[in-house]
Amino acid sequence: MNVALFIPCYIDQFYPRVGIATLELLEKLGCNVSFPMAQTCCGQPLANSGHEDDAVDAYLHFVETFSTYDYIVAPSGSCSYHVRKHYDILEQTKSVQHVRSKTLDLPEFLVDILEVEKLDASFHGRVGLHHSCHGLRGLRLGSDSERVVPAFSKIRFLLSLVEGIEIVEADRRDECCGFGGTYAVHEHALSVKMGQDRIEGFTSKEVEFITAGDMSCLMHLEGIIKREKSPVEIIHIAEILNHRN
Amino acid sequence: MNHARRSEAFLDDRVKADWHDQAIWFVRQKRDHETHGIPEWEELRELGSQIKSHTLSRLDHYLEIFEKNARKHGVHVHWASTAEKHNEIILDILKRNTIRHVVKSKSMLTEECRLNPYLESNGIEIIDTDLGERIIQLRGETPSHIVLPAIHLKKEEVGELFSEKLGTEAGANDPTYLTEAARIHLRSKFLEAGAAITGVNFAVADSGAVVVCTNEGNADMGVHAAPVQIHSMGIEKVIPRTEDLGVFTRLLARSATGQPVTIFNAHYLKPKPGGEMHVIIVDNGRSEHLGRKHFRNGLKCIRCGACLNTCPVYRRSGGHSYNSTIAGPIGSVLTPGFDLEKHSDLPFASTLCGSCSDVCPVKIDLHEQLYRWRQIISKQSSYSKSKKMIMRLAGNVLANPKRMHLAGKFARRMIGLLPRGLIYLPANKWGAGREMPEPPARTFKQWYRDNRMKYGQKDNS
Repeated sequence: MNVALFIPCYIDQFYPRVGIATLELLEKLGCNVSFPMAQTCCGQPLANSGHEDDAVDAYLHFVETFSTYDYIVAPSGSCSYHVRKHYDILEQTKSVQHVRSKTLDLPEFLVDILEVEKLDASFHGRVGLHHSCHGLRGLRLGSDSERVVPAFSKIRFLLSLVEGIEIVEADRRDECCGFGGTYAVHEHALSVKMGQDRIEGFTSKEVEFITAGDMSCLMHLEGIIKREKSPVEIIHIAEILNHRN
Repeated sequence: MNHARRSEAFLDDRVKADWHDQAIWFVRQKRDHETHGIPEWEELRELGSQIKSHTLSRLDHYLEIFEKNARKHGVHVHWASTAEKHNEIILDILKRNTIRHVVKSKSMLTEECRLNPYLESNGIEIIDTDLGERIIQLRGETPSHIVLPAIHLKKEEVGELFSEKLGTEAGANDPTYLTEAARIHLRSKFLEAGAAITGVNFAVADSGAVVVCTNEGNADMGVHAAPVQIHSMGIEKVIPRTEDLGVFTRLLARSATGQPVTIFNAHYLKPKPGGEMHVIIVDNGRSEHLGRKHFRNGLKCIRCGACLNTCPVYRRSGGHSYNSTIAGPIGSVLTPGFDLEKHSDLPFASTLCGSCSDVCPVKIDLHEQLYRWRQIISKQSSYSKSKKMIMRLAGNVLANPKRMHLAGKFARRMIGLLPRGLIYLPANKWGAGREMPEPPARTFKQWYRDNRMKYGQKDNS
């Protein structure tokens, strides 16, 4: 199985440790992982701002870069969702269809494809689990609080395989953190307010860490945490799943 | 002023904003409690969605059946292509019957048509009889929520208003006391009204009945007391059969207020002896909306307000921040269809979290429609030229590894080098309430090149 690692642009630039953890984790689980150096961005920031036409070249570049791999795995539900859902405006060639159907978010790949049932990982800490919206409602990585379906969460399942971890859910289990891509800047006051509320939902339960499947949510929350000098730390799920005390 | 600015102003009063958020979240929780008690909830949603889709695809057919059956019972059926026509028809009915006093039960359609100011300017007194509606009418405001029109007001504010307008004791804000005062006040209005106007939740084609769902019983009191009854409905309110109704009443009550059933579900079938019954079927842009492929299923909406209650943006910005008859996610997908230029900010008033689509009892793909509107808005001639250019440029960068590398390097350097004062200028909206991420020494790509680059792998970055 030929797996390509897709590291979203902002993770590449600001959170290389998340990329490294993802790569190491996949290697530990026996995958033959390649990182195509020509990769750029899935185009989501442009499209969510209403400029999907300008993003088409980025889409085509993404397809060209990844079309020869069996799976494309990314540690970001939002980017994976974008490729799967919004590349529908491209001509649906074989390559496009392949890339769209084989781009998976890390938890899906681990649970559905690798069928991971145990992990050699340990993490000692009280961790608040934020359910990033695009992963939760877009990719259905778990059941959300709106729908009446049997409760499940692929991310929670994976975290439960980590020795020593204490997982905590916020009172409003799956409310949005307020990031929303360019929304964070476009309606910055409201975006920050949502983030503050989200953090409060976790700190009121005395968590030491906040984790999520989407680093972008965490980047937004981290910005607020640092501004307000809150003691809580952010950590991506890949870092926990790859961690050994 | 756009939604971003209005929401910022709303948030200025943090205590009230938090109260607003929590009050509405409470309704969302009640909804969760009720829906999670129905194991077949998702099936019910699917059924509701399909019945609506089917009906919308044969709207003319069902409307004509409805009209035929309603006429059989002596109902006057009118067709209004626009809001103005709708208002004129009502004025005409009132004039013919020399009616000067009218009571009205909650109807978002008559809000849309601006019926109240129209009738008032023609010398007719029109009184909203739902408690929430009456409160905002006395304040000269519009509803901030389609089901809970006065949810933006605290009981203290209502106490103050009633003290001034209805003569209640100054400083009194006990809800029971205030409600009683409103009842007494409204009772006299019911008795003097010559006509009662209501909205319509469902128009049933096979029976010709219009169904109105209320909790306060005010629609019924108005209709039963007044000789003339007028029901205004949008063309999308028709459903094929009486037996379909159960699907919607179950969905509506639970989604709207977390009740297993709405208290009054009145079926109005025919005029009372000696009275008149009118139904006005209004288009006002709906046919055009039906022609919009990506947006037509917004017309499936049954106006439960669940998408407002669940929306993290709505709860923290208040209904008036949308500057539209209908606020929240459903307002943001329907209103741009009426006036795209005026309401082009609304599709951007969302993080696209998708909660609205999942809470919707008739499965409207609200967040996808918000995304679609954005694509259309950016192509408008009024859209910022510089923004267009920046986006085109960004598109060029994102499609090219070399340019992307340079842009990333530049950004990371800038954050690393610039003094704090220059990074956190007012133009940096990210930095208004957040720190910038700290640029690490190496990007992932650099790390990979140094540590993992495979023998023979092409470095085409």
